[in-house]
Amino acid sequence: MVGTALLLAGCKVPNFGEYPGATTQGKTENHLWQLFFIAGLVVGGFVLLLILWAVFRYRRKSEEMPKQTQYHTLMEITYTVVPILIVVGLFVFTVLAENNVDATPPDPGATITVHAFQWGWEFEYPGGPGSGCANPGSPTANQNDCVKVIGQTTQNPTMVIPTGTEVQINLNSLDVLHGFYVPQFNFSRYASPGYTTSFDFNALHTGDFRGQCTQLCGLYHSLMFFNVKAVTQSKFATWLHAQQALVKSHPSSVPKLPSGVSTGSSTNSSSNNQGGDLYGD
Amino acid sequence: MTDVTDVTDVLAPPAPGTGLDELPDLHRSPDAAGHGPQDGHAGHGHDEHGPTGILKWLTSTDHKVIGMSYMITSIVMFYFAGIMALFIRLQLSSPHSSLLTFGQYNELFTMHGSLMLYLFAGPFAFGGLANYVVPLQIGAPDMAFPRLNALSYWLYLTGSITMMMGFGVAGGAASFGWVAYAPLSSATSSPGIGGDVWIMALVLTGFSAIFTGVNLVATIFYLRAPGMTMFRMPIFTWNMLVTGILILIAFPVLTSGLIMLFCDRHFGTHIFTVGGCHLVTGAVTQTCGSPLLWQNLFWFFGHPEVYILALPFFGIVTEVLPVFSRKPVFGYKGMVFATMAIAALSTGVWAHHMFTTGAVLLPFFSFLSLLIAVPTGIKFFNWIGTMWHGQLIFTTPMLFSIGFLLAFLMGGVTGIMLASPPIDFATHDTYFVVAHFHQVLVGTAVFAGFAGFYYWYPKMFGRLLNDTLGKWHFWLLFVGFWVTFMPQYVVGLKGMPRRVASYPSNLGWQSYNVVSTIGAFIIAFSFGIMLWNLWAAWRKPVPAGDNPWDAHTLEWFTTSPPPHHNYTHLPPIRSERPTWDYNHPDSVAVPHGLAAEAAHRARQKEPVA
Repeated sequence: MVGTALLLAGCKVPNFGEYPGATTQGKTENHLWQLFFIAGLVVGGFVLLLILWAVFRYRRKSEEMPKQTQYHTLMEITYTVVPILIVVGLFVFTVLAENNVDATPPDPGATITVHAFQWGWEFEYPGGPGSGCANPGSPTANQNDCVKVIGQTTQNPTMVIPTGTEVQINLNSLDVLHGFYVPQFNFSRYASPGYTTSFDFNALHTGDFRGQCTQLCGLYHSLMFFNVKAVTQSKFATWLHAQQALVKSHPSSVPKLPSGVSTGSSTNSSSNNQGGDLYGD
Repeated sequence: MTDVTDVTDVLAPPAPGTGLDELPDLHRSPDAAGHGPQDGHAGHGHDEHGPTGILKWLTSTDHKVIGMSYMITSIVMFYFAGIMALFIRLQLSSPHSSLLTFGQYNELFTMHGSLMLYLFAGPFAFGGLANYVVPLQIGAPDMAFPRLNALSYWLYLTGSITMMMGFGVAGGAASFGWVAYAPLSSATSSPGIGGDVWIMALVLTGFSAIFTGVNLVATIFYLRAPGMTMFRMPIFTWNMLVTGILILIAFPVLTSGLIMLFCDRHFGTHIFTVGGCHLVTGAVTQTCGSPLLWQNLFWFFGHPEVYILALPFFGIVTEVLPVFSRKPVFGYKGMVFATMAIAALSTGVWAHHMFTTGAVLLPFFSFLSLLIAVPTGIKFFNWIGTMWHGQLIFTTPMLFSIGFLLAFLMGGVTGIMLASPPIDFATHDTYFVVAHFHQVLVGTAVFAGFAGFYYWYPKMFGRLLNDTLGKWHFWLLFVGFWVTFMPQYVVGLKGMPRRVASYPSNLGWQSYNVVSTIGAFIIAFSFGIMLWNLWAAWRKPVPAGDNPWDAHTLEWFTTSPPPHHNYTHLPPIRSERPTWDYNHPDSVAVPHGLAAEAAHRARQKEPVA
């Protein structure tokens, strides 16, 4: 209920430069941002006024020696206890928002596996019924049967997601660290080699959103863009079915990662796991 | 006040004709005050028989000489890094600038960060100012281990030269960011010896920092003058003690991490790379290394490092504000415990740099990070309380200290926002974070750092810097600071990531970047004025006298510059302000507690006009 109160309060206040959030998670974050911004404005403004008051009021006006005060016990207790209370309050709201933003409920409406690589993105969707790729992220998935969107640097691959439902993203990297960031969703997450991390988007409305890599990943880090296209659930289903049919009828149409992108890792050993077995080419 | 029975006076009885009779007179004529080290009377100078000129400098183990060497080297590094920042800002002033290639841009911001953080901010504080000031403040003749101190400096200088040589090697300097995240810093992703040179430079300066940490802690624990109890130490010394301990906690982790990284790059270990793993499956075999381990090790160093870079500068401000308010530090003991609390908490917050890994316990690191705001807030109220009801004198060091308060307030408030994981998710690795940590670090290392520089310069050289030029420096820096970094918050919230050499032109980011670039050049201009000021002081010396600020602490009791072993005699040390007590026996601090305060007031008759 605290979250609701925060939500209601949030509806009337400005966004203070931030995006309102095109997902439920992003909106929750935006409300927390509003709270922190106002708290920062109040506390920071109070301290600023104290500083300015001291600076302008106590300019040297005479040779008189000021009283050599060094302690004021009551004051000291006050300015220790009050900040602790403020911090605890901010922490409570943080945890409430965080649990919402970080939640990955079971049975999402769509699951997308995202691989970041130097310098592009691969978005994988499951194949159609009866295909060998029910879950692109699983070790047993036949990669030939998965629906894939791959794009490098300025090609800006587009990730299609349905609105109004949980979309789970399973994210990792094929080489170095990358950052998966959609500004209008108020969200970013590292794509790391070595483990897969999962999070959900619940898009509130249709639209096109820009995404970009935020974590320095080498020479063309600046150009590692992607797009997110949020469409209605029926349009998403239509799109996915068409893609799945295409994969079935024209297996060669499945896009391939550019040569040189290792599915292993950045090791300096001569690697024999260049992904042939994983990508089936 | 010449209480000869006091134990502190046993150290050195006053020599006839000099010393006690003369020292308390604060308004000595310039020509009397401008003398060199202990003219005549001491005669115990080792200098007279030792080497002179450059050989003297090369072989010196005097903490003052080493401190000044540290300071000059680190300020040179600061100017280099600042010039790199100007190139970075020029590149970003248009969306697709061809001023620099992507590769050059990556080298420049890597080296800008590395120079500023490893070679300027830290060494300037704990190698430069602390080395010079701490022994003086506690009445010690030198650091505890003078030769180790010299080794620290030479390691630091060697490391700095090694770092700069990165630009000269094939493949260019390191270009993986000052944090060197694995596996981008591996031999596969960053071949070329630029990365190795960077690692070696940091191993050298890392050992230099560790030795300095040892030296500071030992000096402060063992070489305090009689009467200088722990709770009479100036706050700057307190902060350097805590900084020294933090160095001993943090730097060995960095140095060992760097050695591991070197092994990964050259000896085929897979400590930070996921060797032989099939990542697409998401399954991680036991032979895998962990890129996440580098982040953990790096930030276990890196966050205490943030406070290693902050505490000394808090200390400087805590010296400057009372002197120019003509009052003691408000809440001295609370300040000391706040410093300790910051240090303790700083070892438990490192993973707030890793919120977006999806692999850390968010509430724990979030709560501890938020909690750091409490002791930092206490310090703010102490600083304000120090100025409250004071008689504020706006000299250059005072202006820089107030500039620090305002800059650090803004950086601190946005820091609290970033301590909240959902807000960090939205802003991580964007220009919002860039603006935040620049406001924090420019607030501390630059505003407070140069407050200390202007404040102690007369002690170091026996000369005054020009106050008008100093004020020009301050005001231009102050304006340039806000013009540079405020637009970065806005453009960060719009989604501009850090460490990009180009950006789309259709997003409206350019105007913010242009403003930011203009601000950067205003800052650069302000530091040109500082050079002019130094030049002027060198060409036309204005003698400073021993205590030009009517300051409080012990270092202002000796000559400017101090003699070889700092003191021939000491005043009685009965409070945190021995020099003040000596000069103003009627204006001692009001004691702690209500009863004591009432008794004090009763004891005091009419205040002396």
